[in-house]
Amino acid sequence: MVFLEFEEPIEKLYGQLEKIMDVADQGEIDVQDKISEIESKIRNKRKEIYAGLNGWQKVQLSRHPERPYTLYYINQICKSFTEIHGDRYFGDDKAIVGGLGKIDGQSVVILGHQKGVNTKMRQYRNFGMANPEGYRKALRLMKLAEKFDLPVICLIDTPGAFPGIEAEERGQAEAIARNLVEMAQLKVPIICYIIGEGASGGAIGIGLGDRVYMLEFTWYSVISPESCSSILWRNWDHKAEAAEQLKLTSEDMLGFGLIDGVISEPNGGAHSNPEKMAKLLKKQIKKDIAELSEVTVKKRIDTRLKKYNSMGRFKTK
Amino acid sequence: MGWFKRLSEGIQTSTTQKKEAPDGLWQQCRGCGKTNTVKELSNNYLKCPDCNHHVRIGSFDYFNLLFDGRYKELFKSIFSYNFLDFEDVKSYDERLESANEKTTLNDALTVAIGKIKRKPIIIAAMDFAFIGGSMGSVVGEKISQAVDYAIKNKTPLMIISKSGGARMMESAFSLMQMAKTSVKLAELSREGIPYFSFLTDPTTGGVTASFAMLGDLNFAEPNALIGFAGPRVIKETIKKDLPEGFQRSEFLLEHGFLDFIVDRQELKDKIGDLLHFFSKS
Ligand SMILES: [Zn+2]
Repeated sequence: MVFLEFEEPIEKLYGQLEKIMDVADQGEIDVQDKISEIESKIRNKRKEIYAGLNGWQKVQLSRHPERPYTLYYINQICKSFTEIHGDRYFGDDKAIVGGLGKIDGQSVVILGHQKGVNTKMRQYRNFGMANPEGYRKALRLMKLAEKFDLPVICLIDTPGAFPGIEAEERGQAEAIARNLVEMAQLKVPIICYIIGEGASGGAIGIGLGDRVYMLEFTWYSVISPESCSSILWRNWDHKAEAAEQLKLTSEDMLGFGLIDGVISEPNGGAHSNPEKMAKLLKKQIKKDIAELSEVTVKKRIDTRLKKYNSMGRFKTK
Repeated sequence: MGWFKRLSEGIQTSTTQKKEAPDGLWQQCRGCGKTNTVKELSNNYLKCPDCNHHVRIGSFDYFNLLFDGRYKELFKSIFSYNFLDFEDVKSYDERLESANEKTTLNDALTVAIGKIKRKPIIIAAMDFAFIGGSMGSVVGEKISQAVDYAIKNKTPLMIISKSGGARMMESAFSLMQMAKTSVKLAELSREGIPYFSFLTDPTTGGVTASFAMLGDLNFAEPNALIGFAGPRVIKETIKKDLPEGFQRSEFLLEHGFLDFIVDRQELKDKIGDLLHFFSKS
């Protein structure tokens, strides 16, 4: 288990638990009551800590190394899944995955950013930072969904689109912009779920939809707290403060009306009970597909347009 | 010419580079380092007479250059405020106030309607001097209203981009302007009304990754910095030096992301030609 800084009291309790287990292994004393007591303490402490997390702590949770990623959810949610590869122009991006899935009999096109589960895979997935061909693959999948009248599910989890020489040469900006304008008018339902990090253009590049949800301990912002700190404070030390200022939590975003809902995470976050998290996500996906499928194409696109057009705060003289 | 007179009075947005001298205002060229008088620049379409460096200019400079000084500003009364209570080393309020004092502008984008070669066009132009030309709610809303106006009046739209990207102090609201402007441009496109995206130095971040790359035609001034990520960020990420000319207009043209590059001197004629080309009457 990996414990974050603010989970120290929980880590201590686990330490106690381990010691008692050792005693139990020696088999001389009955420690069952003591174990139950500590387990209950852990649950309560978790609840207490997780109820009072600040923005920066939620950012850390969204990056927890044991947090489930897109392919985990796809495999849990879809009875069958065929991954499809490539943008048909340049290559296959490993930081965005997608394919054809069946959710309890409903065919869907499901895609998302993919981070690696260990050091080697993190490199392979480029830390979830997509190149233009990732966005173009996503668009190809969406157009396929449109052709066969299937809903599109996007899972978002990226620290940003990749800032590299080749990414620029192949038009990172154009790829994201193209996705936005195409997603604006896609004839089938698009539903987006932020499952981890929602950083800037890299996130919204597959994040424009009829409905957008955030898992409880995720963030969505125009810039990461670290980059914000380095630009505005001119050093990296103000990331916690930047996270507060950016108001990037799921709760903030719902309050602003910029997302449609928050999906609660199990006690201790998605990584403490990934199966349960996947079930909760699946339930929400099924509900959204059912509701959006009842709306006509025209109505859906009009509503989508109006929703985005109403975003923004300003004064008029 | 109207704009000529105005330009002679001083370039709108380059006050930081201006130096007072006994014989008038001078400006050091960022291209070749030569010192030019403002008058010399004005006589040369605000370009360096020596190296053709296009000086960074503001929205009203473009309106004067393209509309011969005859235009009407639209959607003047929309302005930003610190709705998130954002505060870094300064509060967003202070930043807005000092940007307004420095530029007399309300925000980083100004919209005007006028005629070029007798054809009406709406131009939405960004100002880098206003918080780095950053896109917040006001930029998005003005573009949205400009699209509505273009549809209602069946008038082509041009956006002159000049921006460091999205405005951090409006956090996710500024990110959503990428979506907002894109859905509006999709609407404009469905109506069959031409949209020209004119990219100038610099155009980066969320602006490039939304409306700036979505023109029916995308064209740029020479040697403008255009990209998604800023060069400094890329350099820090890959820990390598960047190739010569990287992310410049000519680089984007070569890689297929621009339709053409236009010198400021020929800009008005070029847009006039395009308006006549796309005009059905
Ligand atoms: Zn020069």
